[in-house]
Amino acid sequence: MSEIGLVLISVGVVFDLFGCIGLVRLPDIYNRLQAATKCVTLGTCMILIGVAFYTGLDAIGVKAIICAVFILLTSPTGAHALARGSHRSGVPLWEGSVGDKYREDKEGGEVHEEA
Amino acid sequence: MKIFVTYLAAFVVWLLLTWSLDPQEVLAGLAVAALSTYLTRDILVELPPSRPFHPKRYIWFLYYIPVFFWHMLRANLDVAYRVLHPEVPIRPGIVKVRTNLKREISKTMLANSITLTPGTLTVDVVGDFLYVHWINVSTHDPEEQTRIIVSRFERILKEVFE
Repeated sequence: MSEIGLVLISVGVVFDLFGCIGLVRLPDIYNRLQAATKCVTLGTCMILIGVAFYTGLDAIGVKAIICAVFILLTSPTGAHALARGSHRSGVPLWEGSVGDKYREDKEGGEVHEEA
Repeated sequence: MKIFVTYLAAFVVWLLLTWSLDPQEVLAGLAVAALSTYLTRDILVELPPSRPFHPKRYIWFLYYIPVFFWHMLRANLDVAYRVLHPEVPIRPGIVKVRTNLKREISKTMLANSITLTPGTLTVDVVGDFLYVHWINVSTHDPEEQTRIIVSRFERILKEVFE
């Protein structure tokens, strides 16, 4: 069991590393959020599940599993809030982007008026 | 009813977190669960309108978990490919897709699922529309975009939450 745990922790660290490389290499906040959210969520969850495998189902293992579930729920919500907040305070998309429906619709204002 | 379910869930999480059945811990847990239920009473999740405890919902939810993890793994390999590629092959943009889901909880779960799956990040939910930042916009047809981004999870979440 502890071997499975160590493998999961190692793979998780590698995914976290990809997320960090993405933070450095991608051009704007929205693309960076993509990398940060996906890789860091899965990477961190794998580390936590690895800890659960490593210690077995005791106080630490159960806490690790609960933390993994919390991260799965909160990390995309946080990314969503960051992306929405940056767009509303005027952070532009990278100049290579191919369109911004959100700006065309005035951040959902027109849909609100229709409804 | 929903208050009781929330209270029970909060208490179970407390028991799991403390991982002990010491009377002091359990008493503290009863109090803390009551307090957190009271503080969140305005934003509690409503139970589904019809048959909230029908087993079919839970079977669909069990099916949702592996589907979700499979897409999440693909998402990670996709990001790894894009950031390690020397030219960083991205074509980002924000697109607007429509969902048929009606309840707040199902829209929340759909938005979160979209964020954790390949190349997409939900920016805002307005009414029936989701604004999604897509790292590699492959088509400009709204129907096609909806099919690619939303329908993966919409069907399952409809069965689970609606």
